[in-house]
Amino acid sequence: MGKKRHEELGLTDEQVLDMYRTMLLARKIDERMWLLNRAGKIPFVISCQGQEAAQVGASFALDRDKDYTAPYYRDMGVVLAFGMTPKELFLSGFAKAEDPNSGGRQMPGHFGQKKNRILTGSSPVTTQLPHAVGVALAGKMEKKDFASFVTLGEGSSNQGDFHEGLNFAGVHKLPVITMVENNKYAISVPLERQVASETVADRAKSYGMPGYQVNGNDPLEVYKVVKEARERAINGEGPTLIEAITNRLTAHSSDDDHTAYRDKEEIEEMKKNDCVHIFSQYLKDNDILTDEKEQELIKELDKEINEATDYAENAPYAEPEDALKYVYADKGGE
Amino acid sequence: MPVKSYIQAVTQAMREEMERDDKVFVLGEDVGKKGGVFKATEGLYDQFGEERVIDTPLAESAIAGVGVGAAMYGMRPIAEMQFADFIMPAVNQIISEASRVRYRSNNDWSCPITIRAPYGGGVHGALYHSQSVEAVFANQPGLKIVMPSNPYDAKGLLKAAIRDEDPVLFFEHKRAYRLLKGEVPDDDYVLPIGKADVKREGDDITVITYGLCVNFALQAAEKLEEEGISAHILDLRTVYPLDQEAIIEAAKKTGKVLLVTEDNKEGSIMSEVAAIISENCLFDLDSPIQRLAGPDVPAMPYAPTMEKFFMVNPDKVEEAMRDLAEF
Repeated sequence: MGKKRHEELGLTDEQVLDMYRTMLLARKIDERMWLLNRAGKIPFVISCQGQEAAQVGASFALDRDKDYTAPYYRDMGVVLAFGMTPKELFLSGFAKAEDPNSGGRQMPGHFGQKKNRILTGSSPVTTQLPHAVGVALAGKMEKKDFASFVTLGEGSSNQGDFHEGLNFAGVHKLPVITMVENNKYAISVPLERQVASETVADRAKSYGMPGYQVNGNDPLEVYKVVKEARERAINGEGPTLIEAITNRLTAHSSDDDHTAYRDKEEIEEMKKNDCVHIFSQYLKDNDILTDEKEQELIKELDKEINEATDYAENAPYAEPEDALKYVYADKGGE
Repeated sequence: MPVKSYIQAVTQAMREEMERDDKVFVLGEDVGKKGGVFKATEGLYDQFGEERVIDTPLAESAIAGVGVGAAMYGMRPIAEMQFADFIMPAVNQIISEASRVRYRSNNDWSCPITIRAPYGGGVHGALYHSQSVEAVFANQPGLKIVMPSNPYDAKGLLKAAIRDEDPVLFFEHKRAYRLLKGEVPDDDYVLPIGKADVKREGDDITVITYGLCVNFALQAAEKLEEEGISAHILDLRTVYPLDQEAIIEAAKKTGKVLLVTEDNKEGSIMSEVAAIISENCLFDLDSPIQRLAGPDVPAMPYAPTMEKFFMVNPDKVEEAMRDLAEF
């Protein structure tokens, strides 16, 4: 037997275990958010479930001390990998004042945290793509060696900002890595009603950059292609478009019922191919993880999530008049 | 003191700021080698190179959006929209993004971008090269909108816009570019954003306006002076957010107010100025608030007859001022 797949990529057992831990943490936070929503404690959830492999695999291929990221609303795996904590995510879920993303101003999933170089995002989709290009342009002007990593869904690859942003990055050969997390649905509208090209990756050709379609259910495959994209970016060889094929295991959001447009078989089939389970099995097959160790890990994560939930639930909201703050920088930001 | 045209003042402001701060750069269509279709960036490409004077692909949302990203990173982009009329594809980036970055991130991120665009009519520009678009953006807290009326103000206000910590839309009247000349010091000076400026002291009537119309009002005021009508003229300079204090003071001073804009009348900047005066000055007014503006048709037609009909000019301002004085 030759090297194991992760070893071929230069990843240690500890690193892949850390990847798994991050994937599982994202999954379990997300599951808790749904419980809180169904219990009437938080108004809204938008999920990462089924996309953790792509998110975490990609993030681990980046330099998380240097690179910038402009995530989209499902990217809990990305922001956890970039340093946001479970406590901070629950503060956002509960819309509490201490939420570092927005101080309780934005819905959950609208990430942003300057200290971890996570750009602030909005709800209109794909606007973050030109922002990531702008950050890359600034990095190039300042002769920095970071990459700018931006994600979006496949439906969003129809927006003008996707095409305008990629073309700008292509023309100016900027260090931008764009990853489309193709979960095959834009809310209820399936891929074939969204994208006319055979693949989303095909769209790269128009913008003078390589486009790769990868199995987004496999963090190692995503890791590999993002790692290579980052090397090209840092070497001045320009941007890359990556299409990670993923599954959306939940409805679009807590306000959606996906059984209205997906049949049971499809949903069951997806759940059999759950990326978290598949990666767990890979680690077990390679003697990196055992059932016992996994149970310990789950216990540890549950504890962290329970504490984070309690903390956030009991944390104060912003004062009503805080709604007036931070419109402009002057007047002390008020 | 050197006499410069309005557009030379704009160019000088950018040059000085680029010399002062490496983080300032220009991006837009044709801003590089060509120096801009109006020549606002002339000479900057030669002085600062293609890295800091960037010819972008023809795509306005990317010009704004890439600028927003660079600004969030900490740069000081000056994004040029070739004509204000073409800013529409970038509205999402300006309103949903730039104006909300600070607020939505609870002051964690900021977006110090300046977006310049030539606006205004009277240049045979027809519907899509003549428009005033400020009203589109003038109810978006987080944004500032600056519209200078002369070369001196253009330089000082543009420098302030570039240094501002928040996004600023900077609308330059394209007809003013070469029509208006004035003394512009070579010194490094900035003018305050958010403050209106009294351009002429007077006692009988108050004219509140901005942009090229300030010049029209000043011309008219001189003629009316000969008839014994003394006009007080307030230049808004920043049309959003408005300098309420200055507006109220100017309205109270004479009790007769004429508001002038070359934009369409309904829902214009002047509608808000009128509301401010109504709320605060009812018992100080000696006549109804008057507005002189473009008619409520979509935009300015091309044929000279119809263009002239649409456009505010010194004669129309003079007539409106006289009517008000005689009220």
